Amino acid sequence: MSKLALRTYTLLQTVTSVGLSAMAWAVTGVRPIWSGSQPSDRQRIYFANHTSHGDFILLSACLSETERAKTHAIAAAEYWGKSRLRRFIAEDMLSSVLISRTWTSEAEHPISIMLSVLEQGHSLIIFPEGTRNTSDELLPFRSGLYNLSMARPDVELIPCWIENMSRVLPKGQFLPVPLLCRVVFGAPVAVAPGEERRAFLQRAREALLALDPRPDRDD
Amino acid sequence: MRHEISILIIGLFVVLSTASITAGILSMRAPKPLSPTLVNLTQRINAWWVMVALMTVAFFFGRYGMTILFALISFAALREFVTLTHSRRSDHWVLLGMFGIVIPFQYWLVWTAWYGLFVIFIPVYCFLLMPAITALHGDTERFLERVSAQQWAIMISVYCVSHVPALLTLNVPGFEGRNLLLVAFLIIVVQGSDVLQYIFGKLFGKHRFSPNVSPSKTWEGLIGGLVASSLLGALLSFITPFSPLQASAVAFVACTMGFLGGLVASAIKRDQGVKDWGHLIEGHGGMLDRTDSLVFAAPIFFHIVRYFWTV
Repeated sequence: MSKLALRTYTLLQTVTSVGLSAMAWAVTGVRPIWSGSQPSDRQRIYFANHTSHGDFILLSACLSETERAKTHAIAAAEYWGKSRLRRFIAEDMLSSVLISRTWTSEAEHPISIMLSVLEQGHSLIIFPEGTRNTSDELLPFRSGLYNLSMARPDVELIPCWIENMSRVLPKGQFLPVPLLCRVVFGAPVAVAPGEERRAFLQRAREALLALDPRPDRDD
Repeated sequence: MRHEISILIIGLFVVLSTASITAGILSMRAPKPLSPTLVNLTQRINAWWVMVALMTVAFFFGRYGMTILFALISFAALREFVTLTHSRRSDHWVLLGMFGIVIPFQYWLVWTAWYGLFVIFIPVYCFLLMPAITALHGDTERFLERVSAQQWAIMISVYCVSHVPALLTLNVPGFEGRNLLLVAFLIIVVQGSDVLQYIFGKLFGKHRFSPNVSPSKTWEGLIGGLVASSLLGALLSFITPFSPLQASAVAFVACTMGFLGGLVASAIKRDQGVKDWGHLIEGHGGMLDRTDSLVFAAPIFFHIVRYFWTV
């Protein structure tokens, strides 16, 4: 890439990232609640509940500008890679990283792709439920979180509860309803020595659920 | 009108400066760390500076400024209200319509001074059409609760709030071109009453007014606040078409409505299990925490002026 093209590219990403965060604030008045962890420049994997396309925009709007520039959301290639436009939005504008659920070669393996991002010193946003959830229950976690943590125990795993986004932008809608949202950042979770995969995933899921500020509801 | 506005601005500046200096002295003398009440007091006063500054700017833009400012206040208030109430996925389009159609249309009616539609658009048309849309979606789960909450949300946040800029459309003989001062009178008296009730309550409050609804409201605060704000109304009669006696009576009614508005807002918050509507205004809570009294006072004040003072 030529120098000018590269500059234009960086400028595009900065403008989109600032613009989207401003929009996220205008629509949802989003506020981070740091309960158990603090903003930091440490390398991290933020894992969150997933109900809406707006989720990672909201989460990254809670990070500082410098953090945001080196934090990439992991998105499904099945959806975001479907057309040129979608791929452009996902990869170039939102600097997210696409992984495929039906990978064929070792290089396409989701874990290798995510590890290569971590190797550059960058942080990740992942949604361990694996898909946008339309039910009221948090789905069981996929094993990626465990595998990443085993490969890179030095990277902090931060649970992030994204509140209300399923009401702002439900699956299948494209116009957001302005409602107040918060993102609750919890204490880091790590694989205990000798901890088995299932037990860890269950524990990580409970750590995320514990951040839901809603009182027990009857619906 | 310049003259009256200058007096108001100087007056507010003096009051806020006195408040800031008093809070500063109290904080200096108080043992460290400061008590939450004192921290909150300073936050509240600082937020007042910002709010007064914003109102002043909006004032200088006249009708444009007022209409846009109150449309934005409606937006923030509606967002807080809807966030707090129960909604389902099938409500998406109705909710979008409340923000995207009801707010702009109601304020367009204010702007064009189309009184006939302004007063019935929400209580008649929206009241009937919104539940119809919800029913057409076919989702009947907690139906009455959902449509009632939507109705309340736009009545409180849009309909009632829009009566403040609607004061600019009234035609009071002998008061032409000075309607902005009516807006100033209403806001200063009602917000002043909130502050005065807070001060009287903190200084002399003993007997709870309604412990089940709002632990912070006391009889002493209520009576002291209402008497003082009626006097404030009389003092401000020079910016209104009212005589001093009339001004104090109008102020009394508006502030009583304001008190009831705060009480109803507290009851809703209690029912929903929250302390504040939101966090938009540091020290005060959300937009609705600051405007709940104005919401109840504005329509009544509007109709009193319209009935007794316009032709």
